[in-house]
Amino acid sequence: MNSLLANSTVEVSGQRGLNIPAILMFLLFVFATLSITYWAAKRTKTAKDFYTAGGGITGFQNGLAIAGDYMSAASFLGISGLVYLKGFDGLIYSIGFLVGWPIILFLIAEQLRNLGKYTFADVASYRLRQAPIRTLAAFGSIATVLLYLIAQMVGSGKLIQILFGLPYELAVILVGIMIIVLVTFGGMLATTWVQIIKAILLLFGASFLAIMIMSKMGFSFETLFQDAVNIKGTDAIMRPGGLVSDPISAISLGIALMFGTAGLPHILMRFFTVSDAKEARKSVFYATGFIGYFYILTFIIGFGAIVLVSKNPEYLDIAKGTLFGGNNMAAIHLSHAVGGDFFLGFISAVAFATILAVVSGLTLAGASAISHDLYANVFAKGKTNEITEMKVSKYSTIGLGITAVILGIAFENQNIAFMVGLAFAIAASANFPILFLSMYWKKLTTRGAVIGGSLGLATAILLVILGPIVWGEILNGDANKAIFPYKYPALFSVTVAFVGIWFFSITDKSYSAKKEMEAFEDQFVRSQTGIGAQSVVK
Amino acid sequence: MNKEIYEKVRNNPKYIELVKRRSSFAWKLSLLILGVYYAFIMTIAFSPDILGKTIGNSVTTIGMPIGFIIILLCFILTGIYTRKATNEFDKLTDEIKDDIRFDT
Repeated sequence: MNSLLANSTVEVSGQRGLNIPAILMFLLFVFATLSITYWAAKRTKTAKDFYTAGGGITGFQNGLAIAGDYMSAASFLGISGLVYLKGFDGLIYSIGFLVGWPIILFLIAEQLRNLGKYTFADVASYRLRQAPIRTLAAFGSIATVLLYLIAQMVGSGKLIQILFGLPYELAVILVGIMIIVLVTFGGMLATTWVQIIKAILLLFGASFLAIMIMSKMGFSFETLFQDAVNIKGTDAIMRPGGLVSDPISAISLGIALMFGTAGLPHILMRFFTVSDAKEARKSVFYATGFIGYFYILTFIIGFGAIVLVSKNPEYLDIAKGTLFGGNNMAAIHLSHAVGGDFFLGFISAVAFATILAVVSGLTLAGASAISHDLYANVFAKGKTNEITEMKVSKYSTIGLGITAVILGIAFENQNIAFMVGLAFAIAASANFPILFLSMYWKKLTTRGAVIGGSLGLATAILLVILGPIVWGEILNGDANKAIFPYKYPALFSVTVAFVGIWFFSITDKSYSAKKEMEAFEDQFVRSQTGIGAQSVVK
Repeated sequence: MNKEIYEKVRNNPKYIELVKRRSSFAWKLSLLILGVYYAFIMTIAFSPDILGKTIGNSVTTIGMPIGFIIILLCFILTGIYTRKATNEFDKLTDEIKDDIRFDT
C-alpha cells in the first residue's frame, strides 16, 4: 500500500514524498543562513566590506571558501554520477578540474592580489584604458555568471523538487529570494562564511559516505572495484571510456578546464578578500588540498553507488532505466543506503547549502561587474562615492537575483548541460587571456586586448552554437549534423584570443600604446612585490 | 604610488634576483604539471589500453593509482611552491621594502 502510494506520487509529480529529517535540516540551514546574513549585515558598512568582506579573511578560511565555491552541487552530484555511470572517466574529468589550481598559484594568485582591488577587471585594466577593458571584462564576467547561474538554478530547482517535494517554480523562487537577501544584506562576508560552513559540512558528509562504503568493502579498494565490475558485468569502468576520444577534444577540454578556472569571476574575486599576497598564496594551497581530497571522495562515492545502489529497486526509475531522479542522484540515494533517512536528510540539506553558496558567489560576482566595473569606472568614470557604488551593487544584486529566477524557470526543461561548458570556454577565451597577458606581457595594448579578447569571446560562443550540442542536438535533433564537429571549442577560441591580442597589440603604433608599454615595468614591480597594493585598513 | 620608488626598486639587484628566481621556479613547476597532465590526456586519447592494464591478478588497473598520484601531485606542487615562497621570496621582498624605507 505504501509503495503504491509512493509510486503514484512519483507518476503524478515526479516528486518523492516528504522526508521529515530532510525538511528539518533544511529549515535549520535556512535559519543559520539568515543568522549569518544578519551578523554580516551589521559588519558590512563600506564598499570594501561588501566586495571583499573587509579584507581580513585568512588564507585557511579563504582556502575553504574557494574549495566550497568549486565543490558545487554540480561537481558533488555530477561527478559522482559520472563515476557511477562510467567509472574511470569521472576521474579524468576531476583531474581536469584540479590541474588549473597549481597553475593559478604559480602564475596568478599573488600577482592578482597585489594589483587589484575588488574585481579581476581592476587587474586587467591596470595600465590600459579603463572604459573599453572594463566593459569587455564585465561583459565576459556577466556572460560567464549568467550561464553558470542558469545551470545552477535549474539544477537546484530540480533537486529541491525531488528531495523536498516542492513544485519546481516554488523551489526556484525560494532559492532566488534567499540569494537576494543573503547577498544584498550580507555581501561578501555572508557569502564567504556560508561557503566555509557548507564546505566543512560537505567534506564531513562526503567523508562519512566514503568511510561507510569502504567499511562495507572491508576497507579494500580491490573489493570495491571487483564488486562494481561484477555488478556492471564489464570491467570497462576500470579504464578510460569514450569521454575523451580524440586528441583535439582531449586538448580542448583540458584547456577549457585549466584556463577557464583561472578566468571564473566568482573565483577570482575571492583573492581580494585576504589581507595580502601571502595569504592569497596560502588560500590556493589549502583549496587545492581540499578539492583534491574531495575528488578522491567523489570517486569512491561513485563506485560505492554502483555496489550499494544500482541493484536496489527502491532507488531505481525502472521506466527510464536510470536512478530515480536521474543518475546525478547517485550520491543522494547512496546516503540513504548507508545512513537511512537521517543521513539522507543531512546530505540533502548540504546539497541545498551548496547550491545556495555557489549561486550567492556568482550573483555577487555579477553584481560587482555591474557596479564596480560598469557603473563606477565606465559610466561614472571613477567619479563616484562609495555610498552610491554600494547602492548600485545592491540594486544589481536584486536585479540579478530576479533574472536568475526568471531564467531558471524558463530553462526548466531545456538541455542545460552545455552551459557550464560554455561558461568555462568564455572564461578561458575572454577573461583569462586578457588577464594573463596584462600581468606578464609588456607589449600588450588596449587595442590588442579589446580586439583579441572580443574575438576569443565571439569564437567561443559561435563554435558552441555551431557545435554538436546546440546546432546538432537542440536545433536538428542529431549531434552529427553539427557544423563544427567538436564539443569543446576552447582549443580554437583560446588560440584565436591569444593570436588576436598579440597581433593587434604589436601592430598598434599609437602614442597611448607606447605609454602603456612603458607603464608595464612599474606594474610588474607592484605585482611581484606588493609595493603599493591595496592593504587592509583596520 | 611614487614613480621614483618603483624606479629605485627596479634598479635594486635584490628585485632582479627575486624576479629571476620566482619566474624560473614558477614556470618550471607550471611546465611540470602541464607536462604530466597532457601526457595523461594524450595517453587516454591515443593509447588508453596502457592505462587499462591490470595490476597482477587484481581487477584494479594502473590508471587508478596514476590518477590518484596526479591529484596528489597537484597538492604537493602547491605545497612546494608555497614553502619556497615563504622561505625565500618573502624574505627577499621584505629586504626590498626595507631598502626603500631606509633609503630616503
